[in-house]
Amino acid sequence: MPTWLDDFLWAYSSFIYGLGVNAILGLSMYAVLALGQLSLGQAAFMGLGAYTSAVLTVRFDVPFPLVLCAAMAASAFAATIIGVPTLRLTGVYLAMATIGFGEVMRILYINTDYIGGALGFSGIPEKAQGSIIFGLLAIILVGFFSATRSKLGRAFEAIREDEDAARAIGINVTAYKLAALVISAALAGLAGALNAHFSSFISPNEYGFDTAVTILSFAILGGATTPLGPVLGAFVLSALPEVLRPLHDFRLVFNGLIIVLVVIFLPKGILGFRMRRVG
Amino acid sequence: MLAQQLFNAFVLGSVYALFSMGFTLTFGVLRVINLLYGFYVAAGAFLSLVAVRDIGVPLWAAGILGAFGTGIIAVACDSALLTPLRRAKAPELSSLIVTLGGVLLLNSLMLLIFGAEVRRFPVTLLSQSPISFGVLQIGEVQLVIIVIVAVLVTALFLFIERTRLGIAIRAVAENPDAAALMGVNVDAVFIGVSFLAATLIAIAGILIGLNFNAVHPYMGEPLMLRGFAVVIIGGLGDIRGALVAGLALGFIEVMTAGYLSSNFKDAAAFAAMVATLWLRPSGLFGRSVTRRA
Amino acid sequence: MSGTLLQVDAVTCRFSGLVAIDDLSFVVAPGTVHALIGPNGAGKTTLFNVISGLLKPNDGSIRYRDRDITLLRPHARVALGIGRTFQNLRVFGEMTVLENVLSGRHARLEASWAATVLRLSAARSEERAAVSRAHELLRIVKLEGQAEQVVSALSYGDQRRVEIARALATDPTLLLLDEPAAGMNPTETAALAELLQSLRGGGLTILLVEHDMNFVMALCDHLTVLNFGRKIAEGAPSEIRVHPDVIEAYLGGPHRVQIQRNREGML
Repeated sequence: MPTWLDDFLWAYSSFIYGLGVNAILGLSMYAVLALGQLSLGQAAFMGLGAYTSAVLTVRFDVPFPLVLCAAMAASAFAATIIGVPTLRLTGVYLAMATIGFGEVMRILYINTDYIGGALGFSGIPEKAQGSIIFGLLAIILVGFFSATRSKLGRAFEAIREDEDAARAIGINVTAYKLAALVISAALAGLAGALNAHFSSFISPNEYGFDTAVTILSFAILGGATTPLGPVLGAFVLSALPEVLRPLHDFRLVFNGLIIVLVVIFLPKGILGFRMRRVG
Repeated sequence: MLAQQLFNAFVLGSVYALFSMGFTLTFGVLRVINLLYGFYVAAGAFLSLVAVRDIGVPLWAAGILGAFGTGIIAVACDSALLTPLRRAKAPELSSLIVTLGGVLLLNSLMLLIFGAEVRRFPVTLLSQSPISFGVLQIGEVQLVIIVIVAVLVTALFLFIERTRLGIAIRAVAENPDAAALMGVNVDAVFIGVSFLAATLIAIAGILIGLNFNAVHPYMGEPLMLRGFAVVIIGGLGDIRGALVAGLALGFIEVMTAGYLSSNFKDAAAFAAMVATLWLRPSGLFGRSVTRRA
Repeated sequence: MSGTLLQVDAVTCRFSGLVAIDDLSFVVAPGTVHALIGPNGAGKTTLFNVISGLLKPNDGSIRYRDRDITLLRPHARVALGIGRTFQNLRVFGEMTVLENVLSGRHARLEASWAATVLRLSAARSEERAAVSRAHELLRIVKLEGQAEQVVSALSYGDQRRVEIARALATDPTLLLLDEPAAGMNPTETAALAELLQSLRGGGLTILLVEHDMNFVMALCDHLTVLNFGRKIAEGAPSEIRVHPDVIEAYLGGPHRVQIQRNREGML
């Protein structure tokens, strides 16, 4: 590897890893948007995964692969609990319930001294490497592509377009919606664990309302009609403030503006094309 | 002591109720969860603060200025963001998303313009020493809050029930197309509701700013999040529900802080919301969800 | 198995004070085309929602092949063989014609999600079979050339046929059709009648709601007439055609006299 590339990667490793993690978060958002559900709990599940992984690594010395699995499992479990009662309702209730859930979790973290409370949890060893992050991203992306071009993709889209019609052709809508929520949570939990293990410090305020909205903006910008959309949206929105230094303070303003402009003028996002759903 | 706790709960709940009534009114008519209200809270408080501190008008006038100013801002923002979506018949969730982006944008702008430091209303405005009333200690601020909320709530109910615009609002809430066929100017109703709801929310912001003696760009967010809980518990679109649930939430929070732990009082709202979603999703006064096999 | 495929037993449906279906009972015999007719608002679509499972009745039961399915969830009823179309045409507008029909195969595709994502050979061959079945169904409804068209771009009549093909893709034994001829011109209606005849010939049982009386009378073996959610008549087309209660329900009391007077010339 040429020295300039080596230097570049070392200096910007944190930023590049961040791109990968944000892409996974984008896919976590895609999992629920593909069914037309607006779950805004990704930040909360990310936090759950982050804290679970941090505790397991630092206090119990659990091997990293197991830590990742545990982070995903914890988030998936939490998603099942909040998912079951809210799935029967219209999307607006789900959005509000997941925002509320995120706030409860954040308050919980702030008040739990075992995990550092409001001061955060530091000293997490840097076990998440670029190859792991991007390797997982690639696997997840391939999985989504494969699912979209199959009966699963058709079921997702049917549910998004017309739930009752989907039921009338034999799709178990409730099971699919719950599964989407659980997968979304597991991916967010994974992203949280990976993030914790390269930033080495996490704090409750990283997993609040603003983060939830930022993750949503990945999917809005890139579009949610194909799995690549949120990934592209994540790359663009994460890289832009870095690339345009003066924009750094305006990051949140920019995110908000993007969401507004795209929803009004480009409702399908940048990558608005539709993928074929035949296997 | 219990009576004092109850009184404080009543005061807090009143502000929650005021905010939530505006919020739920918008949902009932416009069918939108309008997250911009988190911003309008701060806008109202800041406008009044500027009026009092920099222009020197008395508090009551500043309150009216703040409310009306916010109302106008709200009409502008709501129209800019929501009208294009309504024209394009976009799905309900698009409106939620666009106001999500909008509030992020506006809050951040406000942060950049005004900075994060906490401002306060001038100390001389309202007397800080509480009045004794039997066993209760009542602050002048608290009295102001209760009176204003009571007046506004009564006015709102009368307005909705008795005036022509109020009836038009109820008609549009029930069925916009039918209302249009009956000659109701639906666009005017939307503007009217935007304005009205925003003035209520702005006043809630001013009252909160006075009660906690703090004005800062993100002050609307806790109110917004509690607003979610209140409108879910009370039933989306129902202003009686918002009133009852708002007061109830004030009660729940103060009791949690007093008897359980003040750390978790913030979580009480969401716990109550989740419980409602689990047990009776339509809320106290909401329409019920269709039965499924 | 008894001689009935579907049994509707004393079903009642109430919506905040309004009684949509009132103590309704009737049976559908296998291999027949059975029509539900009645003025608008008579509760026919509500009944379809109850039969297909989108709505739970306040009272009564639905039996399918002698099995009580009143509380069975909609997707499970599809697996049992109940398929349906909707009055207000609920196709998936953003999908292509082929994808719509393919989505109807969902209940019959048995590969697990894991096998599907991993593209194991069992899942792939199932998908291939589904695609060819979908093409076959498109041939039957005469839409083969439009397979790759986005459904929202099609004419109303074509979209109706997509919906029917999608319902057929679920391999139903009982097909519920809610106003299938609505919006069709006479040629299309005739083609539809021919299609339904051949489906009945192949052993499919059809329960249909329709307003086009010529279509109904020519095609059906049996009719059940509803008004205000109640059954007011039942029988073969020839009986129903002259049944006084039916005529009164459609046209109202005073017109009864009108009809008798005009029997020579008009109507």
